[in-house]
Amino acid sequence: MNAFVNHFSFEFRTGIRNKQLLLMNYLFPLGLYLMMGFIMPEINPLFLESMIPAMVVFAILAATLLGLPDPLVNAREAGIFRSYKINGIPSSSILTIPALTTILHLVIVTVIITATAPLLFDAPLPVNWPNYGLTFIAMAFACAGISVLIGVISASSRVTVLWSQLIFVPSMLLGGLMLPYSMLPDVAGKISQLLPATQAMNAFNGLAMDKVADFDPTGSVIALLLSGVLAFVVAIYLFNWDSRNTTPRGHPLLALLVLLPYVIGLLLA
Amino acid sequence: MKDSVIEVRDFRKTYGDLVAVDGISFDVQQGEIYGLLGPNGAGKTSTLESLEGLRSPDGGSLRVAGIDPAREPRKLRNVIGVQLQSAGLPESITPDEAMKFFCAYHDVAPRFDLLERLGLNEKRNAQFFELSSGLQRRLALALAVAHNPQVLFLDEPTAGLDVASRVELHNLMRELQANGTTIMLATHDMAEAEEMSDRVAILLRGKIVTIGTPMEITSTGAGLTKVSVRTQGGSLINPELHFPAVSQQSVKDDYAIFFSTDIGPTVSAIIAHIEVQEDTLIDLRVERPSLEDRFLEVTTTGGAQ
Repeated sequence: MNAFVNHFSFEFRTGIRNKQLLLMNYLFPLGLYLMMGFIMPEINPLFLESMIPAMVVFAILAATLLGLPDPLVNAREAGIFRSYKINGIPSSSILTIPALTTILHLVIVTVIITATAPLLFDAPLPVNWPNYGLTFIAMAFACAGISVLIGVISASSRVTVLWSQLIFVPSMLLGGLMLPYSMLPDVAGKISQLLPATQAMNAFNGLAMDKVADFDPTGSVIALLLSGVLAFVVAIYLFNWDSRNTTPRGHPLLALLVLLPYVIGLLLA
Repeated sequence: MKDSVIEVRDFRKTYGDLVAVDGISFDVQQGEIYGLLGPNGAGKTSTLESLEGLRSPDGGSLRVAGIDPAREPRKLRNVIGVQLQSAGLPESITPDEAMKFFCAYHDVAPRFDLLERLGLNEKRNAQFFELSSGLQRRLALALAVAHNPQVLFLDEPTAGLDVASRVELHNLMRELQANGTTIMLATHDMAEAEEMSDRVAILLRGKIVTIGTPMEITSTGAGLTKVSVRTQGGSLINPELHFPAVSQQSVKDDYAIFFSTDIGPTVSAIIAHIEVQEDTLIDLRVERPSLEDRFLEVTTTGGAQ
Protein backbone atom coordinates (compact mmCIF):
# COMPACT_ATOMS: atom_id res chain seq x y z
CA MET A 1 0.00 0.00 0.00
CA ASN A 2 2.88 2.33 0.91
CA ALA A 3 4.46 1.56 -2.47
CA PHE A 4 1.23 2.34 -4.30
CA VAL A 5 0.79 5.64 -2.42
CA ASN A 6 4.39 6.67 -3.11
CA HIS A 7 4.15 5.73 -6.78
CA PHE A 8 0.78 7.47 -7.18
CA SER A 9 1.99 10.59 -5.40
CA PHE A 10 5.12 10.81 -7.58
CA GLU A 11 3.18 10.26 -10.82
CA PHE A 12 0.57 12.84 -9.84
CA ARG A 13 3.24 15.47 -9.18
CA THR A 14 4.86 14.55 -12.52
CA GLY A 15 1.58 15.46 -14.23
CA ILE A 16 2.09 19.05 -13.06
CA ARG A 17 5.89 19.22 -12.97
CA ASN A 18 6.48 17.92 -16.49
CA LYS A 19 5.79 20.78 -18.91
CA GLN A 20 4.44 18.54 -21.66
CA LEU A 21 2.04 16.84 -19.26
CA LEU A 22 1.02 20.14 -17.68
CA LEU A 23 0.17 21.36 -21.16
CA MET A 24 -1.91 18.29 -22.04
CA ASN A 25 -3.55 17.89 -18.64
CA TYR A 26 -4.44 21.53 -17.95
CA LEU A 27 -3.28 24.30 -20.28
CA PHE A 28 -4.45 22.91 -23.62
CA PRO A 29 -7.95 21.74 -22.51
CA LEU A 30 -8.65 24.79 -20.33
CA GLY A 31 -7.25 27.17 -22.95
CA LEU A 32 -9.38 25.65 -25.69
CA TYR A 33 -12.39 25.63 -23.35
CA LEU A 34 -12.06 29.39 -22.82
CA MET A 35 -11.48 30.03 -26.52
CA MET A 36 -14.45 27.89 -27.58
CA GLY A 37 -16.60 29.46 -24.91
CA PHE A 38 -15.97 32.95 -26.21
CA ILE A 39 -16.08 32.15 -29.95
CA MET A 40 -18.39 29.20 -30.63
CA PRO A 41 -21.69 30.60 -29.20
CA GLU A 42 -21.35 33.51 -31.66
CA ILE A 43 -21.04 31.07 -34.58
CA ASN A 44 -23.36 28.32 -33.32
CA PRO A 45 -25.65 29.17 -30.37
CA LEU A 46 -26.63 25.48 -30.06
CA PHE A 47 -23.04 24.72 -29.02
CA LEU A 48 -23.76 25.99 -25.51
CA GLU A 49 -26.25 23.18 -24.87
CA SER A 50 -23.52 20.57 -25.04
CA MET A 51 -20.59 22.77 -24.13
CA ILE A 52 -19.80 21.18 -20.77
CA PRO A 53 -19.76 17.53 -21.97
CA ALA A 54 -17.96 18.49 -25.19
CA MET A 55 -15.19 20.30 -23.34
CA VAL A 56 -14.90 17.50 -20.77
CA VAL A 57 -14.59 14.94 -23.58
CA PHE A 58 -11.99 17.13 -25.26
CA ALA A 59 -10.02 17.40 -21.99
CA ILE A 60 -10.09 13.62 -21.65
CA LEU A 61 -8.90 13.09 -25.23
CA ALA A 62 -6.06 15.59 -24.83
CA ALA A 63 -4.80 14.39 -21.45
CA THR A 64 -4.97 10.71 -22.32
CA LEU A 65 -4.28 10.30 -26.04
CA LEU A 66 -1.80 13.16 -26.28
CA GLY A 67 -0.34 12.94 -22.77
CA LEU A 68 -0.10 9.30 -21.70
CA PRO A 69 1.56 7.24 -24.45
CA ASP A 70 4.70 9.29 -25.03
CA PRO A 71 6.09 9.16 -21.47
CA LEU A 72 5.58 5.39 -21.48
CA VAL A 73 7.60 5.00 -24.69
CA ASN A 74 10.27 7.39 -23.44
CA ALA A 75 10.53 5.54 -20.13
CA ARG A 76 10.91 2.22 -21.89
CA GLU A 77 13.56 3.60 -24.26
CA ALA A 78 15.49 5.18 -21.36
CA GLY A 79 15.70 1.81 -19.57
CA ILE A 80 13.45 2.97 -16.74
CA PHE A 81 11.28 -0.14 -17.02
CA ARG A 82 14.35 -2.34 -16.66
CA SER A 83 15.25 -0.48 -13.49
CA TYR A 84 11.65 -0.90 -12.30
CA LYS A 85 11.73 -4.63 -13.04
CA ILE A 86 14.92 -5.11 -11.04
CA ASN A 87 13.33 -3.29 -8.11
CA GLY A 88 10.15 -5.35 -8.26
CA ILE A 89 7.78 -2.71 -9.57
CA PRO A 90 5.02 -4.66 -11.34
CA SER A 91 3.95 -3.93 -14.91
CA SER A 92 0.38 -3.43 -13.72
CA SER A 93 1.54 -0.50 -11.54
CA ILE A 94 3.66 0.96 -14.35
CA LEU A 95 0.61 1.02 -16.62
CA THR A 96 -2.28 1.76 -14.27
CA ILE A 97 -0.80 4.37 -11.94
CA PRO A 98 -0.07 6.99 -14.64
CA ALA A 99 -3.57 6.32 -15.99
CA LEU A 100 -5.11 6.82 -12.54
CA THR A 101 -3.19 10.03 -11.87
CA THR A 102 -4.22 11.35 -15.30
CA ILE A 103 -7.83 10.62 -14.39
CA LEU A 104 -7.34 12.55 -11.15
CA HIS A 105 -5.99 15.54 -13.11
CA LEU A 106 -9.03 15.20 -15.36
CA VAL A 107 -11.36 15.28 -12.36
CA ILE A 108 -9.83 18.65 -11.43
CA VAL A 109 -10.18 19.99 -14.97
CA THR A 110 -13.75 18.67 -15.20
CA VAL A 111 -14.67 20.36 -11.93
CA ILE A 112 -13.19 23.65 -13.23
CA ILE A 113 -15.09 23.42 -16.52
CA THR A 114 -18.34 22.35 -14.90
CA ALA A 115 -18.18 25.05 -12.24
CA THR A 116 -17.19 27.94 -14.49
CA ALA A 117 -19.07 27.26 -17.76
CA PRO A 118 -22.49 28.35 -16.37
CA LEU A 119 -20.96 31.51 -14.87
CA LEU A 120 -18.79 32.52 -17.81
CA PHE A 121 -20.86 31.35 -20.76
CA ASP A 122 -24.31 30.57 -19.39
CA ALA A 123 -23.87 26.91 -20.36
CA PRO A 124 -26.49 24.52 -18.95
CA LEU A 125 -25.43 22.23 -16.12
CA PRO A 126 -26.00 18.46 -16.12
CA VAL A 127 -29.34 17.43 -14.66
CA ASN A 128 -28.32 13.96 -13.53
CA TRP A 129 -25.08 14.27 -11.56
CA PRO A 130 -24.47 10.55 -10.80
CA ASN A 131 -24.83 9.73 -14.51
CA TYR A 132 -22.59 12.69 -15.36
CA GLY A 133 -19.92 11.29 -13.04
CA LEU A 134 -20.40 7.74 -14.31
CA THR A 135 -20.08 8.77 -17.97
CA PHE A 136 -16.99 10.83 -17.16
CA ILE A 137 -15.37 7.87 -15.39
CA ALA A 138 -16.27 5.47 -18.22
CA MET A 139 -14.86 7.79 -20.90
CA ALA A 140 -11.71 8.62 -18.93
CA PHE A 141 -11.16 4.93 -18.16
CA ALA A 142 -11.63 3.89 -21.81
CA CYS A 143 -9.34 6.60 -23.19
CA ALA A 144 -6.70 6.04 -20.51
CA GLY A 145 -6.71 2.33 -21.36
CA ILE A 146 -6.40 2.96 -25.10
CA SER A 147 -3.61 5.49 -24.50
CA VAL A 148 -1.65 3.09 -22.30
CA LEU A 149 -2.10 0.42 -24.96
CA ILE A 150 -0.74 2.80 -27.60
CA GLY A 151 2.30 3.40 -25.38
CA VAL A 152 2.83 -0.35 -25.00
CA ILE A 153 2.59 -1.32 -28.68
CA SER A 154 4.41 1.68 -30.16
CA ALA A 155 7.99 1.07 -31.21
CA SER A 156 8.89 4.76 -30.90
CA SER A 157 7.53 8.19 -30.00
CA ARG A 158 6.83 8.91 -33.67
CA VAL A 159 4.60 5.85 -33.94
CA THR A 160 2.86 6.91 -30.74
CA VAL A 161 1.89 10.21 -32.34
CA LEU A 162 0.49 8.41 -35.38
CA TRP A 163 -1.68 6.05 -33.34
CA SER A 164 -2.86 8.82 -31.01
CA GLN A 165 -3.79 11.12 -33.88
CA LEU A 166 -5.61 8.27 -35.60
CA ILE A 167 -8.11 8.42 -32.73
CA PHE A 168 -7.81 12.05 -31.66
CA VAL A 169 -8.47 13.73 -35.03
CA PRO A 170 -11.57 11.69 -36.00
CA SER A 171 -12.85 12.13 -32.44
CA MET A 172 -12.65 15.89 -32.81
CA LEU A 173 -14.31 15.84 -36.23
CA LEU A 174 -16.90 13.08 -35.84
CA GLY A 175 -17.18 12.58 -32.09
CA GLY A 176 -20.06 15.00 -31.56
CA LEU A 177 -17.94 17.70 -29.96
CA MET A 178 -18.29 20.27 -32.73
CA LEU A 179 -21.08 18.79 -34.80
CA PRO A 180 -23.97 16.83 -33.34
CA TYR A 181 -24.12 13.13 -34.28
CA SER A 182 -27.48 13.72 -35.99
CA MET A 183 -25.89 16.06 -38.51
CA LEU A 184 -23.33 13.49 -39.70
CA PRO A 185 -23.89 11.53 -42.93
CA ASP A 186 -25.06 7.96 -42.29
CA VAL A 187 -21.75 6.24 -43.04
CA ALA A 188 -19.76 8.79 -41.04
CA GLY A 189 -22.20 8.33 -38.16
CA LYS A 190 -21.68 4.57 -38.18
CA ILE A 191 -17.89 4.98 -38.31
CA SER A 192 -18.03 7.51 -35.49
CA GLN A 193 -19.67 4.92 -33.24
CA LEU A 194 -16.29 3.16 -33.14
CA LEU A 195 -14.89 6.20 -31.31
CA PRO A 196 -15.04 6.56 -27.52
CA ALA A 197 -15.80 10.27 -27.93
CA THR A 198 -19.06 9.55 -29.82
CA GLN A 199 -20.13 7.03 -27.19
CA ALA A 200 -19.31 9.48 -24.39
CA MET A 201 -21.20 12.38 -26.00
CA ASN A 202 -24.18 10.10 -26.59
CA ALA A 203 -24.12 8.95 -22.95
CA PHE A 204 -23.69 12.50 -21.60
CA ASN A 205 -26.61 13.73 -23.74
CA GLY A 206 -28.93 10.82 -22.95
CA LEU A 207 -28.10 10.19 -19.31
CA ALA A 208 -26.82 13.45 -17.83
CA MET A 209 -27.85 16.48 -19.89
CA ASP A 210 -31.58 15.83 -20.34
CA LYS A 211 -31.21 15.62 -24.11
CA VAL A 212 -32.29 12.91 -26.54
CA ALA A 213 -29.62 10.28 -27.15
CA ASP A 214 -28.95 9.20 -30.73
CA PHE A 215 -28.58 5.56 -29.71
CA ASP A 216 -28.74 3.55 -26.47
CA PRO A 217 -26.82 5.71 -23.90
CA THR A 218 -26.56 2.92 -21.33
CA GLY A 219 -25.01 0.77 -24.03
CA SER A 220 -22.51 3.54 -24.65
CA VAL A 221 -21.40 3.54 -20.99
CA ILE A 222 -21.12 -0.25 -20.99
CA ALA A 223 -19.11 -0.18 -24.25
CA LEU A 224 -16.73 2.42 -22.82
CA LEU A 225 -16.17 0.46 -19.61
CA LEU A 226 -15.65 -2.83 -21.47
CA SER A 227 -13.29 -1.16 -23.91
CA GLY A 228 -11.28 0.24 -21.00
CA VAL A 229 -11.05 -3.15 -19.30
CA LEU A 230 -9.97 -4.81 -22.55
CA ALA A 231 -7.39 -2.09 -23.22
CA PHE A 232 -5.74 -2.48 -19.81
CA VAL A 233 -5.79 -6.30 -19.98
CA VAL A 234 -4.25 -6.33 -23.47
CA ALA A 235 -1.72 -3.62 -22.48
CA ILE A 236 -0.56 -5.60 -19.44
CA TYR A 237 -0.37 -8.75 -21.59
CA LEU A 238 1.66 -7.07 -24.35
CA PHE A 239 3.87 -5.05 -21.98
CA ASN A 240 7.57 -5.40 -22.70
CA TRP A 241 10.29 -4.55 -20.17
CA ASP A 242 12.97 -4.41 -22.83
CA SER A 243 14.14 -0.92 -23.78
CA ARG A 244 14.09 -1.75 -27.49
CA ASN A 245 10.61 -3.36 -27.52
CA THR A 246 11.89 -5.81 -30.15
CA THR A 247 10.55 -9.01 -28.64
CA PRO A 248 6.80 -8.47 -28.32
CA ARG A 249 4.89 -10.95 -26.19
CA GLY A 250 2.00 -11.00 -28.61
CA HIS A 251 0.95 -9.52 -31.92
CA PRO A 252 0.29 -5.75 -31.68
CA LEU A 253 -2.92 -6.28 -33.68
CA LEU A 254 -4.38 -7.72 -30.45
CA ALA A 255 -4.82 -4.04 -29.55
CA LEU A 256 -7.75 -3.91 -31.98
CA LEU A 257 -9.70 -5.93 -29.40
CA VAL A 258 -10.52 -2.62 -27.69
CA LEU A 259 -12.86 -1.84 -30.58
CA LEU A 260 -14.86 -5.01 -29.97
CA PRO A 261 -17.45 -3.49 -27.58
CA TYR A 262 -18.13 -0.66 -30.04
CA VAL A 263 -18.44 -3.06 -32.98
CA ILE A 264 -20.86 -5.23 -30.99
CA GLY A 265 -22.84 -2.12 -30.05
CA LEU A 266 -22.97 -1.11 -33.71
CA LEU A 267 -24.18 -4.57 -34.75
CA LEU A 268 -26.82 -4.67 -32.01
CA ALA A 269 -28.15 -1.18 -32.85
CA MET B 1 36.08 -21.92 1.97
CA LYS B 2 33.27 -19.40 1.71
CA ASP B 3 29.95 -20.23 0.07
CA SER B 4 29.37 -19.42 -3.56
CA VAL B 5 26.80 -16.66 -3.83
CA ILE B 6 26.81 -16.53 -7.62
CA GLU B 7 27.04 -19.77 -9.57
CA VAL B 8 27.27 -19.74 -13.35
CA ARG B 9 27.36 -23.12 -15.09
CA ASP B 10 27.74 -23.54 -18.86
CA PHE B 11 25.76 -20.33 -19.33
CA ARG B 12 24.86 -19.60 -22.93
CA LYS B 13 23.00 -16.64 -24.39
CA THR B 14 22.16 -16.15 -28.05
CA TYR B 15 20.34 -13.48 -30.05
CA GLY B 16 19.23 -15.13 -33.26
CA ASP B 17 22.38 -16.44 -34.90
CA LEU B 18 24.66 -14.37 -32.67
CA VAL B 19 26.20 -16.28 -29.77
CA ALA B 20 26.75 -13.58 -27.14
CA VAL B 21 27.85 -15.92 -24.35
CA ASP B 22 29.16 -19.36 -25.15
CA GLY B 23 29.01 -21.77 -22.23
CA ILE B 24 30.85 -19.90 -19.49
CA SER B 25 31.18 -21.09 -15.88
CA PHE B 26 32.38 -19.32 -12.77
CA ASP B 27 31.60 -18.87 -9.08
CA VAL B 28 31.64 -15.77 -6.92
CA GLN B 29 32.19 -16.24 -3.20
CA GLN B 30 30.35 -14.40 -0.47
CA GLY B 31 31.88 -11.01 0.28
CA GLU B 32 34.01 -11.06 -2.84
CA ILE B 33 34.39 -8.19 -5.30
CA TYR B 34 34.41 -9.89 -8.66
CA GLY B 35 35.44 -7.95 -11.75
CA LEU B 36 33.93 -8.83 -15.08
CA LEU B 37 36.11 -7.42 -17.83
CA GLY B 38 36.03 -7.57 -21.57
CA PRO B 39 35.89 -5.43 -24.67
CA ASN B 40 32.54 -4.28 -26.06
CA GLY B 41 30.52 -7.24 -27.32
CA ALA B 42 32.39 -9.74 -25.15
CA GLY B 43 29.21 -10.86 -23.38
CA LYS B 44 29.51 -8.93 -20.09
CA THR B 45 26.15 -7.20 -20.33
CA SER B 46 24.33 -10.38 -21.37
CA THR B 47 25.87 -12.18 -18.39
CA LEU B 48 25.02 -9.39 -15.96
CA GLU B 49 21.49 -8.91 -17.28
CA SER B 50 20.81 -12.63 -17.05
CA LEU B 51 22.08 -12.71 -13.46
CA GLU B 52 19.88 -9.69 -12.72
CA GLY B 53 16.82 -11.47 -14.10
CA LEU B 54 16.44 -9.14 -17.08
CA ARG B 55 17.13 -11.88 -19.63
CA SER B 56 16.60 -15.63 -19.73
CA PRO B 57 19.56 -17.92 -20.45
CA ASP B 58 19.46 -20.09 -23.56
CA GLY B 59 21.52 -22.77 -21.88
CA GLY B 60 23.20 -23.72 -18.63
CA SER B 61 22.18 -22.57 -15.19
CA LEU B 62 22.48 -19.44 -13.08
CA ARG B 63 22.06 -19.05 -9.33
CA VAL B 64 22.21 -15.85 -7.31
CA ALA B 65 22.08 -16.51 -3.57
CA GLY B 66 20.51 -19.85 -4.44
CA ILE B 67 17.82 -18.23 -6.57
CA ASP B 68 17.24 -18.89 -10.26
CA PRO B 69 16.95 -15.32 -11.62
CA ALA B 70 14.76 -16.27 -14.59
CA ARG B 71 12.31 -18.40 -12.62
CA GLU B 72 12.12 -16.61 -9.28
CA PRO B 73 12.32 -12.87 -10.07
CA ARG B 74 10.17 -11.90 -7.07
CA LYS B 75 12.56 -13.58 -4.64
CA LEU B 76 15.53 -12.10 -6.47
CA ARG B 77 14.52 -8.46 -6.18
CA ASN B 78 15.18 -8.14 -2.45
CA VAL B 79 18.44 -10.07 -2.68
CA ILE B 80 20.14 -8.01 -5.38
CA GLY B 81 20.90 -4.35 -5.92
CA VAL B 82 21.73 -3.10 -9.39
CA GLN B 83 23.34 0.07 -10.60
CA LEU B 84 22.62 0.05 -14.31
CA GLN B 85 24.81 1.85 -16.85
CA SER B 86 21.90 4.12 -17.69
CA ALA B 87 20.50 5.46 -14.44
CA GLY B 88 16.99 4.28 -15.29
CA LEU B 89 15.02 6.95 -13.46
CA PRO B 90 12.25 9.27 -14.63
CA GLU B 91 13.47 12.75 -15.57
CA SER B 92 11.24 14.55 -13.11
CA ILE B 93 11.87 12.43 -10.02
CA THR B 94 13.87 13.99 -7.18
CA PRO B 95 16.45 12.04 -5.15
CA ASP B 96 14.13 12.22 -2.13
CA GLU B 97 11.18 10.87 -4.09
CA ALA B 98 13.28 8.19 -5.75
CA MET B 99 14.54 6.99 -2.37
CA LYS B 100 11.01 6.81 -0.93
CA PHE B 101 9.66 5.23 -4.11
CA PHE B 102 12.22 2.41 -4.45
CA CYS B 103 12.40 1.70 -0.72
CA ALA B 104 8.61 1.44 -0.60
CA TYR B 105 8.69 -1.28 -3.26
CA HIS B 106 11.41 -3.09 -1.29
CA ASP B 107 9.37 -2.61 1.88
CA VAL B 108 12.23 -0.93 3.79
CA ALA B 109 12.53 2.51 5.38
CA PRO B 110 14.04 5.18 3.08
CA ARG B 111 17.83 5.54 3.52
CA PHE B 112 18.22 9.32 3.30
CA ASP B 113 21.59 8.96 5.03
CA LEU B 114 22.92 7.44 1.81
CA LEU B 115 21.95 10.56 -0.11
CA GLU B 116 23.92 12.62 2.36
CA ARG B 117 26.89 10.28 2.29
CA LEU B 118 27.02 10.29 -1.51
CA GLY B 119 26.94 14.07 -1.69
CA LEU B 120 23.33 14.45 -2.79
CA ASN B 121 22.08 16.31 0.26
CA GLU B 122 21.93 19.71 -1.40
CA LYS B 123 20.19 18.29 -4.45
CA ARG B 124 17.60 16.19 -2.67
CA ASN B 125 14.75 18.16 -4.18
CA ALA B 126 16.25 18.75 -7.62
CA GLN B 127 14.72 16.88 -10.51
CA PHE B 128 16.75 14.03 -11.97
CA PHE B 129 17.43 15.78 -15.27
CA GLU B 130 18.89 18.74 -13.35
CA LEU B 131 21.58 16.54 -11.74
CA SER B 132 25.03 16.19 -13.32
CA SER B 133 25.86 12.78 -14.74
CA GLY B 134 28.08 12.13 -11.72
CA LEU B 135 25.26 12.91 -9.30
CA GLN B 136 22.87 10.76 -11.34
CA ARG B 137 25.24 7.81 -11.00
CA ARG B 138 25.62 8.43 -7.27
CA LEU B 139 21.85 8.46 -6.88
CA ALA B 140 21.59 5.21 -8.83
CA LEU B 141 24.15 3.69 -6.47
CA ALA B 142 22.35 4.97 -3.37
CA LEU B 143 19.13 3.38 -4.62
CA ALA B 144 20.91 0.12 -5.48
CA VAL B 145 22.22 -0.34 -1.93
CA ALA B 146 19.33 1.19 0.04
CA HIS B 147 17.69 -2.17 0.78
CA ASN B 148 20.97 -3.80 1.92
CA PRO B 149 21.21 -6.30 -0.92
CA GLN B 150 23.16 -9.49 -0.50
CA VAL B 151 24.57 -9.14 -4.01
CA LEU B 152 25.34 -5.85 -5.72
CA PHE B 153 25.82 -5.51 -9.48
CA LEU B 154 27.72 -2.42 -10.57
CA ASP B 155 27.97 -1.59 -14.26
CA GLU B 156 30.60 1.10 -14.94
CA PRO B 157 29.99 2.63 -11.48
CA THR B 158 32.63 5.35 -11.69
CA ALA B 159 32.08 6.47 -15.29
CA GLY B 160 31.72 10.25 -15.24
CA LEU B 161 32.67 10.62 -11.56
CA ASP B 162 35.29 13.06 -10.33
CA VAL B 163 38.23 11.82 -8.26
CA ALA B 164 36.66 12.57 -4.86
CA SER B 165 33.40 10.83 -5.80
CA ARG B 166 35.31 7.89 -7.14
CA VAL B 167 37.22 7.53 -3.85
CA GLU B 168 33.98 7.82 -1.87
CA LEU B 169 32.37 5.16 -4.04
CA HIS B 170 35.33 2.83 -3.58
CA ASN B 171 35.17 3.38 0.17
CA LEU B 172 31.49 2.52 0.13
CA MET B 173 32.21 -0.62 -1.88
CA ARG B 174 34.82 -1.70 0.65
CA GLU B 175 32.42 -1.01 3.50
CA LEU B 176 29.70 -3.06 1.84
CA GLN B 177 32.19 -5.85 1.22
CA ALA B 178 33.24 -5.78 4.87
CA ASN B 179 29.59 -6.23 5.80
CA GLY B 180 29.42 -9.35 3.64
CA THR B 181 27.95 -7.93 0.44
CA THR B 182 29.10 -9.68 -2.70
CA ILE B 183 29.84 -7.23 -5.50
CA MET B 184 29.98 -7.95 -9.19
CA LEU B 185 31.79 -5.15 -10.97
CA ALA B 186 31.70 -4.66 -14.73
CA THR B 187 34.06 -1.95 -15.80
CA HIS B 188 36.29 -0.74 -18.60
CA ASP B 189 38.49 1.00 -16.02
CA MET B 190 41.35 -1.46 -15.54
CA ALA B 191 42.91 0.51 -12.70
CA GLU B 192 39.62 0.32 -10.82
CA ALA B 193 39.25 -3.39 -11.51
CA GLU B 194 42.82 -4.03 -10.36
CA GLU B 195 42.42 -1.95 -7.22
CA MET B 196 38.99 -3.14 -6.16
CA SER B 197 38.55 -6.71 -7.38
CA ASP B 198 39.48 -9.79 -5.39
CA ARG B 199 39.23 -11.77 -8.61
CA VAL B 200 38.53 -10.89 -12.21
CA ALA B 201 37.31 -12.78 -15.23
CA ILE B 202 38.18 -11.54 -18.71
CA LEU B 203 35.60 -12.33 -21.36
CA LEU B 204 36.31 -12.36 -25.04
CA ARG B 205 33.79 -13.22 -27.74
CA GLY B 206 31.46 -14.90 -25.26
CA LYS B 207 34.07 -17.05 -23.56
CA ILE B 208 36.16 -16.60 -20.41
CA VAL B 209 39.82 -16.37 -21.41
CA THR B 210 41.24 -16.00 -17.93
CA ILE B 211 40.11 -15.94 -14.29
CA GLY B 212 42.16 -15.12 -11.24
CA THR B 213 43.25 -12.47 -8.80
CA PRO B 214 44.63 -9.36 -10.51
CA MET B 215 48.07 -10.41 -9.26
CA GLU B 216 47.76 -13.89 -10.74
CA ILE B 217 46.56 -12.56 -14.06
CA THR B 218 49.24 -9.92 -14.40
CA SER B 219 51.99 -12.37 -13.43
CA THR B 220 51.11 -14.90 -16.13
CA GLY B 221 51.52 -12.64 -19.12
CA ALA B 222 54.47 -12.11 -21.41
CA GLY B 223 54.78 -8.49 -20.28
CA LEU B 224 58.09 -7.12 -19.00
CA THR B 225 58.55 -5.86 -15.47
CA LYS B 226 60.07 -2.39 -15.24
CA VAL B 227 62.84 -1.89 -12.63
CA SER B 228 63.94 1.71 -12.04
CA VAL B 229 67.02 2.23 -9.86
CA ARG B 230 68.79 5.38 -8.70
CA THR B 231 72.08 5.30 -6.86
CA GLN B 232 74.25 7.99 -5.34
CA GLY B 233 77.26 7.22 -7.54
CA GLY B 234 75.33 6.43 -10.70
CA SER B 235 77.11 3.10 -11.06
CA LEU B 236 74.18 1.60 -12.97
CA ILE B 237 74.20 4.25 -15.68
CA ASN B 238 76.32 2.31 -18.08
CA PRO B 239 74.97 0.84 -21.32
CA GLU B 240 77.63 -1.87 -21.22
CA LEU B 241 76.12 -3.46 -18.11
CA HIS B 242 74.26 -6.75 -18.56
CA PHE B 243 71.98 -8.23 -15.91
CA PRO B 244 70.16 -11.57 -16.04
CA ALA B 245 66.72 -11.61 -17.76
CA VAL B 246 66.98 -7.97 -18.82
CA SER B 247 65.88 -7.46 -22.40
CA GLN B 248 66.00 -3.66 -22.61
CA GLN B 249 67.54 -0.87 -20.60
CA SER B 250 67.59 2.91 -20.68
CA VAL B 251 68.29 6.01 -18.56
CA LYS B 252 65.87 8.70 -17.48
CA ASP B 253 66.25 11.44 -14.82
CA ASP B 254 69.26 9.75 -13.11
CA TYR B 255 67.36 6.45 -13.02
CA ALA B 256 68.69 3.38 -14.72
CA ILE B 257 65.69 1.55 -16.14
CA PHE B 258 65.68 -2.20 -16.87
CA PHE B 259 62.91 -4.27 -18.45
CA SER B 260 63.04 -7.80 -17.09
CA THR B 261 61.32 -11.06 -17.96
CA ASP B 262 62.24 -12.55 -14.57
CA ILE B 263 62.35 -10.04 -11.78
CA GLY B 264 64.07 -12.13 -9.05
CA PRO B 265 67.49 -12.69 -10.71
CA THR B 266 67.48 -9.18 -12.17
CA VAL B 267 66.99 -7.38 -8.83
CA SER B 268 69.47 -9.66 -7.03
CA ALA B 269 72.11 -8.93 -9.65
CA ILE B 270 71.47 -5.19 -9.52
CA ILE B 271 71.81 -5.12 -5.70
CA ALA B 272 75.01 -7.18 -5.91
CA HIS B 273 76.41 -4.81 -8.51
CA ILE B 274 75.71 -1.78 -6.30
CA GLU B 275 77.49 -3.44 -3.35
CA VAL B 276 80.49 -4.43 -5.44
CA GLN B 277 80.77 -0.89 -6.78
CA GLU B 278 80.48 0.47 -3.19
CA ASP B 279 77.68 2.65 -4.44
CA THR B 280 74.60 3.63 -2.34
CA LEU B 281 71.04 2.77 -3.31
CA ILE B 282 68.70 5.79 -3.19
CA ASP B 283 65.55 4.45 -4.85
CA LEU B 284 64.40 1.19 -6.40
CA ARG B 285 61.00 0.80 -8.02
CA VAL B 286 59.49 -2.34 -9.48
CA GLU B 287 56.49 -1.91 -11.75
CA ARG B 288 54.94 -5.17 -12.83
CA PRO B 289 52.69 -5.20 -15.91
CA SER B 290 49.34 -3.69 -15.05
CA LEU B 291 46.01 -5.40 -15.47
CA GLU B 292 45.48 -3.07 -18.38
CA ASP B 293 48.66 -4.35 -20.06
CA ARG B 294 47.56 -7.92 -19.46
CA PHE B 295 44.01 -7.16 -20.62
CA LEU B 296 45.33 -5.71 -23.87
CA GLU B 297 47.61 -8.67 -24.30
CA VAL B 298 44.79 -11.14 -23.74
CA THR B 299 42.27 -9.37 -25.92
CA THR B 300 44.66 -8.74 -28.81
CA THR B 301 46.00 -12.29 -28.87
CA GLY B 302 42.50 -13.70 -28.48
CA GLY B 303 43.40 -15.30 -25.18
CA ALA B 304 46.17 -17.49 -26.60
CA GLN B 305 49.00 -17.90 -24.11
